Amino acid sequence: MSRHELILLKNMMQPGYTGSLQDYERAGGYQALRKVVGKVPPAEVTTTVMKSGLRGRGGAGFPTGVKWGFLPKDYQGPRYLCCNADESEPGTFKDRQLIERDPHQILEGILLACYAIGAESAYIYIRGEFVLGARILESAIAEARTAGYIGANILGTGITANVWVHRGAGAYICGEETALLESLEGKRGLPRVKPPFPATHGLYNKPTVVNNVETLANLPHIISRGPEWFSAIGSPPKSTGTRIFCVSGHVKRPGNYEVPMGVTFRELIYEEAGGMRSDKPLKAFIPGGASAPFLTPDSLDVKLDFESVAAAGSMLGSGGVTVMEEGTDMVWAALRLMEFFYHESCGKCSPCREGSSWLVQTMRRIVAKRGQMEDLETLVDLCKNIAGRTVCAFGDAEISPIMSTLKHWRPEYVRLIHEAEAANLITLKRPVARP
Amino acid sequence: MLKDKYQKEIAEILSHYPVKRSALIPLLYLAQQDEGYVSEAAMKEIAQMLRLTPPQVYETATFYTMLNLKPVGKFHLQICKSLMCALVGSDTVIGWVKAKLGIGPGETTADGLFTLSAVECLAACGTAPMMQVNEDYYEQLTEEKFDRILADLRKDGTCSLKTGPFMWPEARSAK
Repeated sequence: MSRHELILLKNMMQPGYTGSLQDYERAGGYQALRKVVGKVPPAEVTTTVMKSGLRGRGGAGFPTGVKWGFLPKDYQGPRYLCCNADESEPGTFKDRQLIERDPHQILEGILLACYAIGAESAYIYIRGEFVLGARILESAIAEARTAGYIGANILGTGITANVWVHRGAGAYICGEETALLESLEGKRGLPRVKPPFPATHGLYNKPTVVNNVETLANLPHIISRGPEWFSAIGSPPKSTGTRIFCVSGHVKRPGNYEVPMGVTFRELIYEEAGGMRSDKPLKAFIPGGASAPFLTPDSLDVKLDFESVAAAGSMLGSGGVTVMEEGTDMVWAALRLMEFFYHESCGKCSPCREGSSWLVQTMRRIVAKRGQMEDLETLVDLCKNIAGRTVCAFGDAEISPIMSTLKHWRPEYVRLIHEAEAANLITLKRPVARP
Repeated sequence: MLKDKYQKEIAEILSHYPVKRSALIPLLYLAQQDEGYVSEAAMKEIAQMLRLTPPQVYETATFYTMLNLKPVGKFHLQICKSLMCALVGSDTVIGWVKAKLGIGPGETTADGLFTLSAVECLAACGTAPMMQVNEDYYEQLTEEKFDRILADLRKDGTCSLKTGPFMWPEARSAK
C-alpha cells in the first residue's frame, strides 16, 4: 500500500478507468493544453518546465526544459518532437503501462511539448514488440484528432500539431536518441557522433527534441498545477517529482510503483514491493536498469534520486530496480546481462563490438569452470578499453555488470576459477585467441 | 505485388513522413504481415517504391531482429531470457518448450506450427517469466498456463490468457 500521492498512475488506479478520451477528460485531462495553447507564449511554457526541475526519465536525467532551450530560436524551417517509447532497458516496464493504460496523458504531454518548441509533427517511436501499445496510441490519436486536440488548427488556435506512431523493429540501441532518429529515417539504428546534437541537427537534420514517455506524461501536471508544486515533490532542488520504479526479481510483489524521488531503496523494496519473496535475505540489487552497476545491501538506505545513487557508485538510470536474493550466482547474473549487451551492440564502434564478444566468451569460460586467474585481468582490461571509447553511452553501460560484480563479489569469480583448476580442466583447448 | 494489394495502406504510411525512406520499416512490416517473412522480392519492390537501392533496404532489414528474413512457424514463441526473467525461471520455460514440442531456440516444429526464439528483454520484468507469441504477451507463466496456451493456440489460433492493457500491480492491490 503506497502512502504517497500518485501523479502519473493516479487516473489508471481509479476503478473503471479505461484510458479513453472521455475518461481522461473527466479526470481533468487536456485542461493544461487548453490553458496554454494560443494563450501563453511558448517560451513561457519552456520556462515553466525549467522551473519545475523536471529531468529526463529515460535514463540520462537531463533537465527537460534546458534540452528544449537548446533549439535555435531563429530557425524558420520545421522542427520535430520525438517521443521515445522504445522502452527496452532490461528491468524497465513503466512506459508500457503509461502507454496502454493512459495514452491521452502522454498525448497531452506531447502536444504541450510541440507547442513549447514549435514542432508541427511529433513521432512516437515505440518498440516493435509493443503491438498492443501502438494500437492503443493510434486509436487515442484518432480520438484526439476528432476532438480537435490534434491536427491542423488545434482547439481553433490556428496551430498545427500532428502525432504519428512509428514502430521500431527490435533493437535496444534505438532507445539512444540519435540511433532512434537514424531508425526513424529508415536506416540501421547506429548512434550518431555528437556534436552536432539533435537540438540543432536531429530528425532529417532539423532541430529536434527527443523526450521519454514518462517525461512527457509529467508535463500536463506541471502546467496545470504549477512548477512550484512540482519542484516541492521529491528531493529538491535536483531531483524533483515522482518516478515510477519498476521492481523485478526476487520480491513478493514485483511491479510498477510511483513514489517521490528521494525515498530509500529499503522503502521501495520492503514496503512498496512487499520485501523478499522467501526467507532468503537480499544479496544484491540493480538500481536503474541493466546499465547501472550492481549494489549491495549496504546501499539499501541510499535515496532514490539522481545524485544519491550516483554517489553510491551506480545510477538511477531508467528506474528499473532488480532484486536478487541470497544464493543468486553473481557471475552467472553478470554473464546474463553481458549476453544482452553482446546481442544488442550495434556494431558501429570497434571497442564495443569486439569487446562485448570477447567479454561474453571470457565470462562463459569462467562460468563453465574453464577459466584461469588471468581471465579476471582480461575482463578488467577489456572493460577499461571500452568505457569512454565509443560514440554512445552503450560502451560505458555494458561494462557495469562485470565491473560491479567483480568489485563486490570477486570471491565468486575466484571460486569458479579454483574449481576449474582443481578439476584440471584448464588444459582443454581454448575457444578463442588470447590478447 | 505489395503495391497492388495494399495500395491504401502504403499511401497512408507514406503520408506520415516528409522523407520517403522513413517508410522503410513500416513497409517491411507490411511485407512480413503479407508473407510471414520479408522476402527478397518484397525488399526489391520496396526499394523501388522508396527510390532506394536494394542493398539500402537489405542493410536496414538485417539490422532489426523483428524482421524475419526466413519463414517462421505459424506461432513464433519468443521467450525472454534476460536476467530479470532468468531470475524467476525463464530457462525452465525454454525447457518446457523442448520437452513438449521438441524444439530449441532457433528451431521450428516439423508441422511448421511453432518456432522458438530465446529473445532479450521485452519489458515485462515484473510479470516474469513471459513469452510473446506473434503479437501477444503471455506473462507470469506457470507450466499449467503454458500447457493451456499451447493447447488453445493449436485449437483456436489464439488464447484468452494473453495480456490486455498492462498494469501491474493491479489497482486493487496497490490501493
